[in-house]
Amino acid sequence: MHTVLGDKRAIFVLLGPALLVYSVIMLFPIIWSLYYTVQDGNPIVGFEFNGIQNFVTFFQDPAAWQALAFTLQYAIVLTILQVGVGYLLSLLYVFWLRRASGLIRTIVFFPVVLPTVAIALLFQRLFEAAPTTGPVNSLLNAFGIASVDWFGTPAAAFWIIILMDLWRSMGFYAVLLYAGLVDIPEDIIESARIDGAAGWKLIRNIVLPLSLPVFLSSLIFSINGTLKVFDTVVALTAGGPGNATTPLTLYMFRTSFSYGEYGYGSTIALMLTILCLLFTVFIFRSTRRDLTKEGAL
Amino acid sequence: MTATSTLVTGDGLEDRTSVPPRRRRGARDFFGRLPIRLLIAVLLIIEVYPMVWMFLGSFKTQSEFLNEPFWSLPQSWSFENYIEVFTVGEFGTYIKNSIIAVFPSLAIILVFGAAAGFALEVMVWKGRGTVLLLFLAGIMVPAQMILLPLFSIYFQTGLTGSLWPLILTYTAIGMPLTVFMMATFFRAVPREIFEASTLDGASILRSFWSVGLPLVRNALFTVGLVQFFFLWNDLLIALTFTTSSELRTIQVGLLNFTGQYGAVQYGPTFAAIAVNVFGTLLIYLFLNQQVMKGLTAGSVKG
Repeated sequence: MHTVLGDKRAIFVLLGPALLVYSVIMLFPIIWSLYYTVQDGNPIVGFEFNGIQNFVTFFQDPAAWQALAFTLQYAIVLTILQVGVGYLLSLLYVFWLRRASGLIRTIVFFPVVLPTVAIALLFQRLFEAAPTTGPVNSLLNAFGIASVDWFGTPAAAFWIIILMDLWRSMGFYAVLLYAGLVDIPEDIIESARIDGAAGWKLIRNIVLPLSLPVFLSSLIFSINGTLKVFDTVVALTAGGPGNATTPLTLYMFRTSFSYGEYGYGSTIALMLTILCLLFTVFIFRSTRRDLTKEGAL
Repeated sequence: MTATSTLVTGDGLEDRTSVPPRRRRGARDFFGRLPIRLLIAVLLIIEVYPMVWMFLGSFKTQSEFLNEPFWSLPQSWSFENYIEVFTVGEFGTYIKNSIIAVFPSLAIILVFGAAAGFALEVMVWKGRGTVLLLFLAGIMVPAQMILLPLFSIYFQTGLTGSLWPLILTYTAIGMPLTVFMMATFFRAVPREIFEASTLDGASILRSFWSVGLPLVRNALFTVGLVQFFFLWNDLLIALTFTTSSELRTIQVGLLNFTGQYGAVQYGPTFAAIAVNVFGTLLIYLFLNQQVMKGLTAGSVKG
């Protein structure tokens, strides 16, 4: 029987097309990109070998450090917030709303399917100070507080970016974590309750440890997604004011396509890849249990 | 009434199983749940209000934006802003470009991805674990790693200046997750089914097409939805390979929309946002359960 399921020709026909497309347009360029990191130039003016110069430049480039700092700050703050708020929402769904949570889950989830560009333009208007006063500043004015130029100061712009992404993603993480919480067997909760655990104690000692696997995979998804932030920043602040909210992805994009420095651009992309790997390994390592099985799906 | 053993303490953990029918609608119950109700009301307002505001704004005129407070209703329900989006803003072209770039890629991703998933999970051969890992690596690596070499390739092969770079890149970038998800779905199908169909005389290719694909029909639909959202909402790849304004996808078009006039034209901007949001929102309204299931299952993409 295995001769049929092991038919070499059939495997070739079935796997070949996908593998070909994937190799030519993803694997091969990834390797090519590694080669670019030791080159200087671009396809129009030609390339020149320059050894580790790009890496030296990266570590001496204040703009690169600023982009790295912003990326880390954004990724860590947003990961904590979106997984944290998502977890609170999922607790709300499971323990307070129970079977009635379906509609709320659906409504809180929807922003994640909306195009980032559209949401960003909408948030620009929501937080607008001039020439029209947006809803947020109008509310502040109603309480006697003067309008804030949210996109004019780096700190405010940072929090608007965080706020918008939190608005978009919290429902998504809530549903992701909810799936983990409903898997906790009812009788475990029940017996803990008989033993006198309730409220915060029950959540801390029973629910939290039991939902740890899905919690950790959420962290990994979140950090990998947030380190690669691009759409939100491009559409909401375009990296400004100044370069204050420019992440590595946008800095790489500008270096490569505005200044035509393909070698240096590839180096920044490689640094980003290494950063994603480091964080993923770090989160895996920080837990004693092997979570690879649960973490996959 | 008072005989029910359910305690109402406000944290609500006690009656998770709610064995006794919850008939109590007393004052204590109401006030005990009030904070939660308020919280949910605030949550719903935060989620839904921006959409309502966008919709109302898309009917307002420029002077209404400048002179009326933000909560005012539009004075008339004219479609002028929408007409401007499609005439001055050329959104018709952008939507057409998006459709041309996304749907062929989507079809290829699904057919190739399902076939590869079948080959990796149902077929028995040496090295299939390694190949699956190879595909998985593609999920982790940021798209920035492939943009520059691809730009060179498309430039040198003369594809730049058409929608081919988008179609090809979308197809490749959607492949890893699709292969991975399809392999997972085929894992749930008992291999005996395929053994039986081959015993009945079907070739393995025929078994895949006539037995395997119909069995994972729902999964295929879910994966298709997930990939549709990723590709339709993509900005990075579209921005990289869009070299002229006629090639803009709907996202790139919207990004450049506000810049066209100098001063912000509020009404048309809101209408453009509404047009962009409308498609995905409509799909979500009809298929929200599948979308939620698919997107959370596909979250390995991160």
